[in-house]
Amino acid sequence: MQDTIKNLTERFGASNMIEKKPGLIFITIEQSKAISAVTYLRDIEGYTVLTLLTAVDWIEDNVFQLTYLLNNPEQITEIGLRVMIDREKAEMESAHHLWPNVEVYQRELKEMYGINFPGSPRIDENFILEGWNDKPPYRRDFDTKEYAENNFFPRPGRKTNDPAEYMKQKMYPNNPSDYTNKKYNPNR
Amino acid sequence: MEKSKLFTLNEDRSLYPEHDENGKPIVDLSSHKFLKIWQGPQHPGVTGNMSLELTVSGDEIVESKTHVGYLHRGFEKLMERRKYIQCFPTCIRMCVAEPDPNEYVLSNAIEELSGIEVPEMAKWLRTLVLEMARLQVLLRGVPGQAGTFALGLGYQWGNYLRDLILDSFEELTGGRVYHMYILPGGVRGLLPDGFKKRMEDKLKLIDEFMIKIDKLIFQNVVFESRARGLGYIPKEWVDVYGVYGPAARAAGVMRDVRKTNPYLKYSELDFEPYTTTDSDVFARTEVRYNDLKMTVDLIRQIMAKMPEKGDIKAETPNVMHWKIPKGETYSKCESSRGEYGMYMVSDGSDKPRRVNLKGPSYTHANALLDRLLINANIADTAAIMVSLATCPPEIER
Repeated sequence: MQDTIKNLTERFGASNMIEKKPGLIFITIEQSKAISAVTYLRDIEGYTVLTLLTAVDWIEDNVFQLTYLLNNPEQITEIGLRVMIDREKAEMESAHHLWPNVEVYQRELKEMYGINFPGSPRIDENFILEGWNDKPPYRRDFDTKEYAENNFFPRPGRKTNDPAEYMKQKMYPNNPSDYTNKKYNPNR
Repeated sequence: MEKSKLFTLNEDRSLYPEHDENGKPIVDLSSHKFLKIWQGPQHPGVTGNMSLELTVSGDEIVESKTHVGYLHRGFEKLMERRKYIQCFPTCIRMCVAEPDPNEYVLSNAIEELSGIEVPEMAKWLRTLVLEMARLQVLLRGVPGQAGTFALGLGYQWGNYLRDLILDSFEELTGGRVYHMYILPGGVRGLLPDGFKKRMEDKLKLIDEFMIKIDKLIFQNVVFESRARGLGYIPKEWVDVYGVYGPAARAAGVMRDVRKTNPYLKYSELDFEPYTTTDSDVFARTEVRYNDLKMTVDLIRQIMAKMPEKGDIKAETPNVMHWKIPKGETYSKCESSRGEYGMYMVSDGSDKPRRVNLKGPSYTHANALLDRLLINANIADTAAIMVSLATCPPEIER
């Protein structure tokens, strides 16, 4: 694994390496060299399985972090490649030619984060959401609570009762003040 | 009856669509040679709601597209707005059938990020609970495979035994389906008195069930005729399509996190996951049947080897004010369907910055299923789907 890290650093300018536990490292690669590095890892270093591809929204730094987690089944090691892309121009080179599943990950990222992968098959088709016109929902600035309040509440027909008041009215519909006077009141 | 006579593919290939330069079939619906049908979201596969858009010629599938989204609840987003301990009730619902791996990967990710060492006793109990979870899934999953060919009896038997295991879960954790027994730092409690004895009685019933299931499924001519050769996955596809767990082991490729990256107490247990090379629906059912046998054996081993008493929880900060150090990790375990992992990123606050759950269904039910269904019969769709153990909530989360 040390040789792989050395090669990644020398050839692709990888930096900021962190070994999280034995057999799992995370390393940062520049956006322009990322797909070359993924291809190199798959074809030369034996990282033949793409475990996952996902994004993290660092809204305070105005970047998205794409994480390509690759697995080497022979050496039983994993490398997480972090790629920082501009949040304003959220676009990344597609890797659909490397694994057939990448197209699905990329469709999900387009829908949930608004990150575009030009050339990726079916990239504009809905993956999970249907007819969604709002901001991509997994971005940090999308507020789920506000969205729910604006779209789903208040629902007609739904009202809230204070349990004590409600019981008083049910039990003594004519004179609710009986509740405090009669023997039913344990605190009288 | 000759097996080949049961179902035969049409030899006249002129009926089938030509392919464009990208290998995609050119389907002209106006030619009346093809029909588009939707299988799902309710369907005979016992896996949850998911649709397949099938293009068929006669009863043979020429193209398939998976459509998900019927069970999307935005769990990952919801977890970003909750404290770590509040993530548990959300996280476990990502896979209804087998919630315990969710608890484990979430706890383990938190422990890895904050550097907590789990006590030995808690590790044994976690191993036991994960194996019990696998047992209850496979008790329904193995006969459920025969259920897709309308052999429903084994499924009823399996469900009865699964209920007995759920009783054990209730005894141990208070919950039948969702347990929340594994928490950051350890587990919630020790085994109740007499638990091992009652579990052993149930395992004996399962031993008898295994003999019956062998006769009912594997010696059944209908099952064998339909399952042999169906949904073949070449060995080379395992890495390319991201095939995990029993489906990879049926293709002759050893993929089992318990063996390759031993976690908890698996390195102290004696087991060898079953592999075969036929790689069809029959082989995958066989692998899961042997997994079920192995799980029964592992539970016996765990109960024999685990200590009676011990610390069950490491000291942790107050969970309502617990800030996890900045960092990222990937925590994984072996579920009944294959590698189950969680990628967690912390920004140093008391809520996760990002949680991404990756189950084997994500790859199995999308690109792989689309590919496997080409040239299959409509009636075999459910069988192929169930043999890959697809779980739609895991895809859309």
